[in-house]
Amino acid sequence: MHPALSIIVFTTLSGLGYGLATALGTGLLDPAATATKAAHLLALALIAAGLMSSTLHLGNPQRAWRAFSQWRSSWLSREGVMAVLTFLPLAASAFLAIFESRYEPALGLAGAALSLVTVYCTAMIYASLKSVQTWHTPLTPLCYLLFALAGGFSLSTFFAAMGGGNLLLSSGLAAFFVCLAWIAKLVWRNRMNTLRPISTPETATGLGFIGKVRLFERPHINDNYLTNEMGFRVARKHAVKLAALSFGLGGIVPVALLLGLLALGAAHPAVAVGVALLAVLSHITGMLVERWLFFAEARHAVMNYYGG
Amino acid sequence: MTSLPATAPAKKLGLVIDLDVCVGCHACVISCKEWNTGGYGAALSDQDPYGAEVSGTFLNRVHSFEVIPEGGEIVGEAGEARIVHFPKSCLHCDDAPCVTVCPTGASYKRTEDGIVLVDEDMCIGCGLCAWACPYGAREMDLAAGVMKKCTLCVDRIYNETIQEIDRVPSCVRTCPANARHYGDLADPQSEVSLMVAARGGIDLMPEQGTRPVNKYLPPRPRQVLGAGSEQALLAENTDGATGFFAWLDGVLERI
Amino acid sequence: MKSKPRVELSRPVSDEVRKTTCYMCACRCGIDVHIKDGKIRYIEGNRDHPVNKGVLCAKGSAGIMQHYSPARLRAPLLRTGPRGSGEFKEISWEEALGIATDWLSEVRADDPKKLAFFTGRDQSQSLTGFWAQQFGTPNYAAHGGFCSVNMAAAGIMTIGGAFWEFGAPDWDRTRLFIMFGVAEDHDSNPLKMGIAKVKKNGARFVSVNPVRTGYSAVADNWIGIRPGTDGLLILAVVHELLKARKIDVDYLMRYSNAPWLVIDAPGTAEHGLFARDADGKPMVFETVTERVVPKGTAGARPALSGRYTLEDGRNVTPSFALLAEKYLDEKYAPEAVAAETGVAAETIRGLAAEIARTAFDEAIFIDQPWTDINGERHDGYVGRPVSFHAMRGLSAHSNGFQTARALHMLQVLIGAVDCPGGFRFEPPYPKPLEAHPTPHGRAEHFGSNKPLSGPHLGFPRGPEDLLVDAEGRPQRIDKAFSWDAPISAHGLMHMVIANAHAGDPYPIDVLFLYMANMAWNSSMNTAGVIRMLEDKDPVTGEYRIPKIIYSDAYASETVAYADLILPDTTYLERHDCISMLDRPISEPDAVQDAIRWPVVEPDRDVRGFQSVMLDLGARLKLPGFVDQRGNSIYKDYADYIVRHERRPGIGPLAGFRGTKGDRTGRGAINPDQLQRYIENGSFFSAHIPLEAQFFKHANKDYQDFAVRMGFFDTPQPVTFQLYSETLQKFRLSADGLREPFAPETHRQRIRDSFDPLPDWYRPFEEASVEGDKFPYHAITQRPAAMYHSWGSMNAWLRQIHTKNPLYVPGPICDEHGLKDGDWVHLISTHGRIKVEIARMEAVNSSTIWTWNAIGKRKGAWSLDTDVPEARKGFLMNHLIHELLPPKGDGLRWSNSDPVTGQAAWYDLRVRIEKAEAGETSEPRFPAMAEPGGKREHPEQLRYGQEWAK
Repeated sequence: MHPALSIIVFTTLSGLGYGLATALGTGLLDPAATATKAAHLLALALIAAGLMSSTLHLGNPQRAWRAFSQWRSSWLSREGVMAVLTFLPLAASAFLAIFESRYEPALGLAGAALSLVTVYCTAMIYASLKSVQTWHTPLTPLCYLLFALAGGFSLSTFFAAMGGGNLLLSSGLAAFFVCLAWIAKLVWRNRMNTLRPISTPETATGLGFIGKVRLFERPHINDNYLTNEMGFRVARKHAVKLAALSFGLGGIVPVALLLGLLALGAAHPAVAVGVALLAVLSHITGMLVERWLFFAEARHAVMNYYGG
Repeated sequence: MTSLPATAPAKKLGLVIDLDVCVGCHACVISCKEWNTGGYGAALSDQDPYGAEVSGTFLNRVHSFEVIPEGGEIVGEAGEARIVHFPKSCLHCDDAPCVTVCPTGASYKRTEDGIVLVDEDMCIGCGLCAWACPYGAREMDLAAGVMKKCTLCVDRIYNETIQEIDRVPSCVRTCPANARHYGDLADPQSEVSLMVAARGGIDLMPEQGTRPVNKYLPPRPRQVLGAGSEQALLAENTDGATGFFAWLDGVLERI
Repeated sequence: MKSKPRVELSRPVSDEVRKTTCYMCACRCGIDVHIKDGKIRYIEGNRDHPVNKGVLCAKGSAGIMQHYSPARLRAPLLRTGPRGSGEFKEISWEEALGIATDWLSEVRADDPKKLAFFTGRDQSQSLTGFWAQQFGTPNYAAHGGFCSVNMAAAGIMTIGGAFWEFGAPDWDRTRLFIMFGVAEDHDSNPLKMGIAKVKKNGARFVSVNPVRTGYSAVADNWIGIRPGTDGLLILAVVHELLKARKIDVDYLMRYSNAPWLVIDAPGTAEHGLFARDADGKPMVFETVTERVVPKGTAGARPALSGRYTLEDGRNVTPSFALLAEKYLDEKYAPEAVAAETGVAAETIRGLAAEIARTAFDEAIFIDQPWTDINGERHDGYVGRPVSFHAMRGLSAHSNGFQTARALHMLQVLIGAVDCPGGFRFEPPYPKPLEAHPTPHGRAEHFGSNKPLSGPHLGFPRGPEDLLVDAEGRPQRIDKAFSWDAPISAHGLMHMVIANAHAGDPYPIDVLFLYMANMAWNSSMNTAGVIRMLEDKDPVTGEYRIPKIIYSDAYASETVAYADLILPDTTYLERHDCISMLDRPISEPDAVQDAIRWPVVEPDRDVRGFQSVMLDLGARLKLPGFVDQRGNSIYKDYADYIVRHERRPGIGPLAGFRGTKGDRTGRGAINPDQLQRYIENGSFFSAHIPLEAQFFKHANKDYQDFAVRMGFFDTPQPVTFQLYSETLQKFRLSADGLREPFAPETHRQRIRDSFDPLPDWYRPFEEASVEGDKFPYHAITQRPAAMYHSWGSMNAWLRQIHTKNPLYVPGPICDEHGLKDGDWVHLISTHGRIKVEIARMEAVNSSTIWTWNAIGKRKGAWSLDTDVPEARKGFLMNHLIHELLPPKGDGLRWSNSDPVTGQAAWYDLRVRIEKAEAGETSEPRFPAMAEPGGKREHPEQLRYGQEWAK
């Protein structure tokens, strides 16, 4: 699948935003701290930026409002609806934190829950597609959720280091979620690498009863919408390198830094801020690569017709 | 509404494509383009039409596959590779995944005849339906930013301003090899249903669970040349011209 | 849940439907052009039209994009830069026609042969030929010489017609249809419809073709033959049929020259000729009375074998005895030919068995009494439901004429010509050799300011009809009808530029071409031809071919090499007639012709080529074009179509003649004729009576019908010529036995290739190059969605074939370590190309191939210079020379069939070498400017967007 920048940015940023919102919703950070107020703003900003980015790839963004109508059948519609619904408690929590310096657990937990549901909806857009076998597994939403939590708690660790709350708890949780997310992701990757395609050129053409089927000529020589959108190929050796890079930047480096924070304790706040920031930035970079690979490595069934 | 019809449509209009006679001439491809670029919804645009990156929107495309037999099931052709031309457009699936993923309700399956359509005024061009379709039946028009797909020429098949005999999809009307047939696949007695039954019509990628309405008739099994008659030919063998001329004289006597 | 009522189901398609005839290929299908708001909304097949019955191919449907292509020429052009630069200035028609008239009138007064007028994609040869004849140059032909003259000439000389425009399989009744390598872009819709019928009827379709694409892909049996060996395969089938006695003896006796007596007098001038009576009638041996009598003697039962002595003591034998002896020889046994053809012996035997079984065990009978030409009544028609079709694959070899003869002979042997279920003639065919003219063009046939004394093209009956001078030297610029190519019935357009450049046999002054891309894909040795067109005389500084006039509708590569361009219209803007005098569209059951008319008006300063020819004819005061006072007779082509008469009552169109429009074939001029055609869907069809529909070659009612229709003035039955006396006459000349004698240089060549019985010899290039140096064949195939080079300026069609890979058989890939996307050098004895490859298995294992004419020159066809057509597309032409490699005798023969001069495109032999990866195919050519100035291309097309709701 074509790794469109807008969608990579959207899923990464909104995942981070909702993850941070979830962390905030648990009341992990001190609502009175300036850093926490900033965290609330950042969560909303990330979510908004992600959503804005997601509209960039629409053919007719002016009609985007119509996407709220089909929540009964469409995960994309559900995501839109949930994003709006989630915005209400998140905005309210943010308002309380920023203007009244307080945390309302019911509101916070509701926001956290809805945030995770929204991330789940986003993930299900992909996981529900049988045409992309790599994505079509419950592991996909699990990874999305765990990565959102990993990113969110990493960010909350940064804000904790900035004086927003319990750095140790936050970094511990963050390290925990990063580890969990990567365990899930590695299981996901292992599944991908060992998949037996359910659809093949033989089933796609129904000609398997004669023999081995291979594309002889494309219908049209140049690329078309389908091959541009669905036909992206990444060389195996590049994919392996990138996967290692994403694992290193998105997993090993942040976990090492977060564990470092745990070891560091509260002794050097300035260093802690720097380390937490590094952990967050490394994780985000790793996540961008992970999301790029999520699309680039996914093979769409239609490519059975295009020799891909 | 992007939910699929709750009850099966009374009719299932669709195409039956005969892979035994399609010669890959692309007549259906261009006829489709021509009809639909001035018909239902936005034009089917072509980018860079006279340049290096020429590429346009098509609702029907003909692929060519090479099939290399494995084993000897195919009489007379084991080991011989063959080319199969393969036209492909929307299959108007019963369980159309492209419909249910649509966030706006632009994509829908008609209850009266099962045709899957896009209401372009409602389409936001998110492209998710194209992702959901395993067959590549949907293409975003890059100029209009809306999803285009085969309408089964819904603006022809019910069109009272054209002759009744012409109320078939453009691709079917134009196909010189008679490889494309149109009809109601819900009616077991329709011509297309009988054809599917007789020829063992198949679904594409049944494993995707889409339950396509369109069916493909696989290439007929081949028969070896001269099977059964070779013995007869050898029986009347004549050695050399002398015997032949003797026989010839006999024949002439009888004329 | 209800569906939304948001679809407009009954929107009118268009404001108006205008019915005309397609010209996106040579099929000539009927089309319904829907016009909306003055623009073309939709083009579909005309359901009532007899050729396509409503269907239409990709090219036909893409007519919109052809019509609106930016590559259309816009105004007459005069060259300003050097040839090939593409630099022109637009001029007025008055100026253009004035220049052309000056050039041409000078030639006509001085020496008319200094005009060479050759037409390519010409569907108006009866006009262009007439024009050239009235002009007086001997140098006229259309493009048949590099197309399919082998098939046409062999067919006419054997059965009185060939395939396609001469006849068609009886699709409804045939049980076995056998096709030999064919061009998917010619006659394509009728073939596709026919194949579909064959399949639907459960009949069998066998394809003999090295490449298994297109029609071959759906064949029930595919015989992936080695190129150039089809003749051998056919003769092996003949061997098997004779051996198994599966031939139609009665049919042979009645309808062929099998019983005609051949003189056996070696060393004399009449050896191998037919024994004739005092009236020149061939003789047969009557077996009951044991006397020699003229053929056609009532009640005679002629012998087909034996050896007899005439009263004058000469020994004779029926030609069939020679035939049987020849093909019963074991050298034609399946085992003996298997290695050469690449077809297994059991496959050949299976094919023969299938033919025999179908022809004789599945014979059909139609209960329709009829009378033959001798007055004998028959209860009905006996049908042998085996039919054939062939075209380019057989034709384009240096043994193509004999191969095509072999195929026609095979049809006759099983009694399958013009019978139910077999191949059937389409009026005005069959037409015996004697009904065709002999060629004209010898010195005594023309002169200053006078017409040629007869038609240019025809069939020599023997060496005495050749167009050579007393020394045996060619008289025509293309050397047609010379000892080089004695029966070149369609001329040799592919030799014109090379000969004119070399001044051999003489230099010319004006080269006038119509719709033939001779500076690119229609020439062998493209780069060489380009050099010849650009070459200047070092003394005078003038181009060696001094003046070139070219007419085309589009900015093809050839435009850039002309000095004066007369821009033609598109096919939707013009009048045309598809005439019985020319290449008609008849069906076996009906006489048919058709017209084109301007369904849209030109928006540019262009004129239909035929109207321009009439205008030029009038300016040159050619007889037939001006009246006694020198005024032009015809206003334009439409006027000519209606008012021109070739013989009294016979004009370009057969339908709606007579003052009331109720006469067919013969009749007075009808001023409303075109309107009547338009009202009838732009075609005319008259059915042949039932008692005249089969055995037309010998059917009295058909022959009478043909005379009524005006095809002939007297009945012209055909006796199938299995044994060709004409060919034997050339052999006698080569043997120095019969005058005129062939030149020494040509004798062996004629002995080898003019066998009076169909024969096979190895194609010349294969025979002359060292096999291990050039171990593979290289051929082209025609993609169904393109017509020659006329598709790349079409925005929709060019997406299908934007470039062409070189398809290499799997075993060759494995041997050379090649995989998809690798680059190779493909090398022939003449040149090399560097191209990208793709692997293929469904192909003869020694045959490399690509699609024809996809490669384009940079800057041509109004495409951007970086398009894939110009970067990665390529032509096989660069590997093919118009001459064969030099032999020991110091002569360089034309790369053509020695009988007809047909260009031997498919004789090419090559080797392959892996090359370093590249970006651009080689050879490369500099870009040419767009003639008349660069047009801005739209970044995108949204055709019909204004009609979107």
